[in-house]
Amino acid sequence: MGYEISLLTFMGISIIGSLSLNLITGFCGQVSLGHVAFVGIGAYTASILTKADTPFFVALLAGMLLAGTFGVMVGLASLRVRHDFLAITTMGVNFVFLGVVREQEWLGGELGISSIPDPGFGKLGFLALVLGCVILVALLSFQIRRSWMGYVFEAVSGDEDTARMLGLDASHYKLIAFALGTALAGLSGGLYAHHVRFIFPDSFAFVESITLLAMVVIGGNGSILGVILASALLSVLPQWFQFIGDYKLLLYGSLLFVVMRFSPGGLAGLAQNLFLKSKKYFALKENQ
Amino acid sequence: MLYLELFLQGLLQGSIYALVAVGLTLVYGLLRILHVAHAGLYTLGGYFGVLVYNSSGSLMLSGIVATFGVGILGVIIYRLCYEAILDQPPFVPLIASIGLFIAMEELYRILFGSYGVSYTNPPLQQMLPLGGLYLREGEWVTILVSIILIGGLAWLSSRTRLGLAWRATVTDPQMAESFGIDPIRVRYFNFFIGSALAGTAGMIVGILNNLVEPTMGSVPSYKALAIIVLGGLGSVRGTLVAALALGVVESYGTIYLGNVLNRDAIAFVFLILVLMVRPQGMFRGV
Repeated sequence: MGYEISLLTFMGISIIGSLSLNLITGFCGQVSLGHVAFVGIGAYTASILTKADTPFFVALLAGMLLAGTFGVMVGLASLRVRHDFLAITTMGVNFVFLGVVREQEWLGGELGISSIPDPGFGKLGFLALVLGCVILVALLSFQIRRSWMGYVFEAVSGDEDTARMLGLDASHYKLIAFALGTALAGLSGGLYAHHVRFIFPDSFAFVESITLLAMVVIGGNGSILGVILASALLSVLPQWFQFIGDYKLLLYGSLLFVVMRFSPGGLAGLAQNLFLKSKKYFALKENQ
Repeated sequence: MLYLELFLQGLLQGSIYALVAVGLTLVYGLLRILHVAHAGLYTLGGYFGVLVYNSSGSLMLSGIVATFGVGILGVIIYRLCYEAILDQPPFVPLIASIGLFIAMEELYRILFGSYGVSYTNPPLQQMLPLGGLYLREGEWVTILVSIILIGGLAWLSSRTRLGLAWRATVTDPQMAESFGIDPIRVRYFNFFIGSALAGTAGMIVGILNNLVEPTMGSVPSYKALAIIVLGGLGSVRGTLVAALALGVVESYGTIYLGNVLNRDAIAFVFLILVLMVRPQGMFRGV
């Protein structure tokens, strides 16, 4: 039972991470290749604080705040560079984060931070906390998408110049997207650190950023349910692949490739295609 | 003397970056794809080199296999992987490419082992002092090969009909097509040249380190992206300057910043700083 609980907790944390990236990349159209850096900032901040006897929730909040602050800084960069340039800049952010963390003694260097204190809710309690966060973040996502802000995000993502011409303050909303998205990434980082209770630089390597982006894109950029489904699948997939052990990453890489090559709209795109096709099919049938 | 040696080492590293990054920038200039799997081809060049050399003993033959074999594979990758998703938003080919790269690295690990392959009797390892500079033969060869290949590329693109067709297609694909240039052929050619350069670079690095590992391409893959962005995405001249500059900056940086940042992060700090000042890269519009 313990294993399943741990797996579910991990799944929940992944969903928070990918939904937070979905706000930036899916809703607002700003491709970020370094999102896990903010997860890392949240994780390091929260675990250093709880190790210094700060209450768990305060530490979690502090992690979110710091991640969000750095997020706004990267958001400022997104006002300066666009598209592919932004993707590469955010990728750079990931490498710089790793490069700095690896060399700092007080952050544990290569060895990272171990024996992070248990928040004391028990395994089930922690799972409940994580799932609660997942529901909150998902509700927030739905709420944002229906709000005025969601429409502006969509406009910016579709065609930023036109959005600006219509008098929308694109910069302002891009910064909000980055602030929100990275703060939530910080939340998932804090939760992650207190779930595994041991973090080191490689937990936040570039390939993890790709995994997060893959969850968003395979889910269907912007589709909340698609992203939740994709992150649930992709986070447990490596566990299911254990039986093929050695070929795990090979399969994972090929999967990313195959989905993008044959269904660029991700799962949501696939579902929509099937839906449209079946609708057409039934419409034909009715006509006959 | 230390300054000069560091500078030279920087240029050496930079010329290897240049060989990898030029291919990447060619692909980007023509198709707007960030081709991460390019570094997988670079690793493959290393493997071709070491495997052919170990079984035949001829450096010439292994060089030919590494260059042309990888070049042809590059064309196949374009044909099978990218051609169908060219009209998708840019992150689609990017993620497909990253997936392909992960799969390639894993395939090498499974096929050739995770500890890498070494040359059984390593070529070009003697010291060869020239003009007061002490470098290994391999390092001189690296400099020579980079100059020849990149010079050849410059000649090809500026002095031949093929090069003319190529530049025309990069500037305006539709116009070029209406003048009777076959864009498909230009793309094949583009992937062939870019991949062949990466294959050569992979073989050279394999000789210099006397080791070809499955993960050999992971650092160059992302660093080469940083380089082509610095060079202004799609500009070959800019890429060359950026590659050499980065090699030199890294080589000084490891000495003076080594305890704050590791080597691989320096490239990206440099990148972010430059992009904040010049969002279009160092050379766009110069």
